[in-house]
Amino acid sequence: MPKLKDRILEVFTGSDGLVSVAVVILGFLVGTILILLVGRNPAGMYSAILQVVSGWDLRRGTQNMRYIGEWIVASMPLILCGLSMGFAARTGLFNIGAEGQYVAGLTAAQFVALYFPQVPGLHWLMAILAAIIAGAVWGGIVGFLKARFSVSEVVATIMMNYIAQYGSRILTMRIPGTNTFQTPPLPVTSRLSSPFLEAVTNNSRLNYGLFLTIAAVLFYWIIMGRTRLGYSLRATGLNKEAARYGGISVNTSITTAMAIAGAFAGLAGAIVSLGSFSAGRVLSVQDGYGFDGIAVALVGNSSAWGTALSGLLFGMLKSAQPLMQSRQIPKEITSIIMGLVVVFISLRAGVRIIIEWQMKEKARKAQNAATAGASEGGHHA
Amino acid sequence: MLDILKILWNMLPSTLMIVAPILIAATGGMICERAGVVNIALEGLMSIGAMAAATTHVLLETSIGFSIPLAFFIAAVMGGLFALIHAFASITLRADQVISGTGINLLANGITVFFCQLLFRMDRTQNYHMGTKSGFGGAYPTAWLALIILVAAWFTLYRRPWGLRLRAAGEHPQALASAGVNVIKIRYIAVVISGVLAGIAGACIVLTQDIQFTVSTINGKGFIALAAVSFGRWLPLGILGSSFLFGASSALAVNIINIDALKSLPSEIFSMLPYVITLVTLVIFSGKDYAPRASGQPYDKGKS
Repeated sequence: MPKLKDRILEVFTGSDGLVSVAVVILGFLVGTILILLVGRNPAGMYSAILQVVSGWDLRRGTQNMRYIGEWIVASMPLILCGLSMGFAARTGLFNIGAEGQYVAGLTAAQFVALYFPQVPGLHWLMAILAAIIAGAVWGGIVGFLKARFSVSEVVATIMMNYIAQYGSRILTMRIPGTNTFQTPPLPVTSRLSSPFLEAVTNNSRLNYGLFLTIAAVLFYWIIMGRTRLGYSLRATGLNKEAARYGGISVNTSITTAMAIAGAFAGLAGAIVSLGSFSAGRVLSVQDGYGFDGIAVALVGNSSAWGTALSGLLFGMLKSAQPLMQSRQIPKEITSIIMGLVVVFISLRAGVRIIIEWQMKEKARKAQNAATAGASEGGHHA
Repeated sequence: MLDILKILWNMLPSTLMIVAPILIAATGGMICERAGVVNIALEGLMSIGAMAAATTHVLLETSIGFSIPLAFFIAAVMGGLFALIHAFASITLRADQVISGTGINLLANGITVFFCQLLFRMDRTQNYHMGTKSGFGGAYPTAWLALIILVAAWFTLYRRPWGLRLRAAGEHPQALASAGVNVIKIRYIAVVISGVLAGIAGACIVLTQDIQFTVSTINGKGFIALAAVSFGRWLPLGILGSSFLFGASSALAVNIINIDALKSLPSEIFSMLPYVITLVTLVIFSGKDYAPRASGQPYDKGKS
């Protein structure tokens, strides 16, 4: 009968999913304590969250589907940026650049939206495609630099984030009729808004991006788990040398993985711009989806469905922010919980160290006992 | 041409004001990476330092005469304390250094504004009346502080036995350990120093370039410092040069409207320049690896 402590440790090393659940609970726990410490009522946070995921307002006793719609809208770019981070991570790369790839996608989508002929059906499709390609190019550049010149992808993606941010401003500001924060209105044919989805969710901003996000999760799941490409990417991530020995072109894998990762983030940019806004955006600060995407992928263990779930979780925190504020809970508690969750993920490595140490101790004790027994036996003889 | 030189000369005080915090944070980043730990949390640590400094100064400005030095001190302490999280996760727990750094950056975003909400009931600190005053030659004293920190870092790294050990911890920690040196302790000290310096850098920014702390006070300068470390090839003189170049480029972005020859260019070009330069040099010098060899890898006693 193993002891409870051993069991907990076993869970921590045995299942990725349970670790994620544990760090999220831990994050909420510390967040709750923090709210108590500053003399506010944590119930406000939980009732805000309940309202976001179910539409129920406990204080008024009313139900409004719009909250659910807005929750999903907030989750979509997080899921996609999480997939971007995750796709690279499975290939052994650390993609801090989802933010830049997102900006590249957003910018490309806006240009196509404003300059492509307004053909219904085709217009938005071209804008989406342009965003996916722009994101893929932005990520692919980093992959190529890593593969060809062994430039660290961590430093390179951080640089590319800022190049994208300022580059997007330079280009977008040249569009006639643009002021410092927005372009002229985007044509209706380029937009992703769906009267049906809006109607079911009581006029939320829920849009066709929902189906694109679901398609992206499915695409990720199939590519990673069910194809030869996914196999060679994962092999590269697990052990580069072994993959090379096995006949996999590691350099091609790295560039491909970063390009596909960028494509996911680029799509996120298009969905935010064409789905949620009626005019193109001139970005002055980063939206932060890229960094949030890192947290999403880490909690989702870089799996398709895990990332989708964790994106919904963080989207829930994000869209609960204004509600928390109205209940006297500082909305930044959600960023704190996110940050804590990422820091706690480090615990995982820590638990491994504790187990190793325990096993060594056990072995040492066993050996001590054995030598003691042997010397005793020798004495008697 | 002469006109441009004159304008650049007149810009020198504001350039130095922008260079100083980049140089201080980059010095910390360099020390940390030379000891083998990558610190992408510089941005978040600077933010925490800036918030701590602004809060201290706002609250004590009118009641005591030394609130600015005190603000710098508190910023340094807070930076060092938060860096301990990074040290514990990445050294003791051998977690991925980039993940732990990202966690701190996310955490800093929330924590700084959270405390502003509590103390000032808004998402930034109150304004203070007077920040750091400029001194000799129109330059802020922070420029001298930055120079002193850089020289001290150079002296310690290259002229002290402890500096040799620190560099060895980033090149070949196992060899250092076999010489009987405690690698973990050295790495801890290096990470905390980088946190202290990032905290001071954040205080420099908020007390010279601003009148309050907001969530956009740091706005990527921590990542510029990180770029300055790579572009400066992990050398004191190198990061002095790169910080100066990046600072001048930022100053140009601010002052571009005053320069006739450059007026027609978008100011964003100069904001973008440091990142482009760093990326290009990383590619050009990719053949030779200047980065500390063990940088980014957890120290594992068992590995040889």
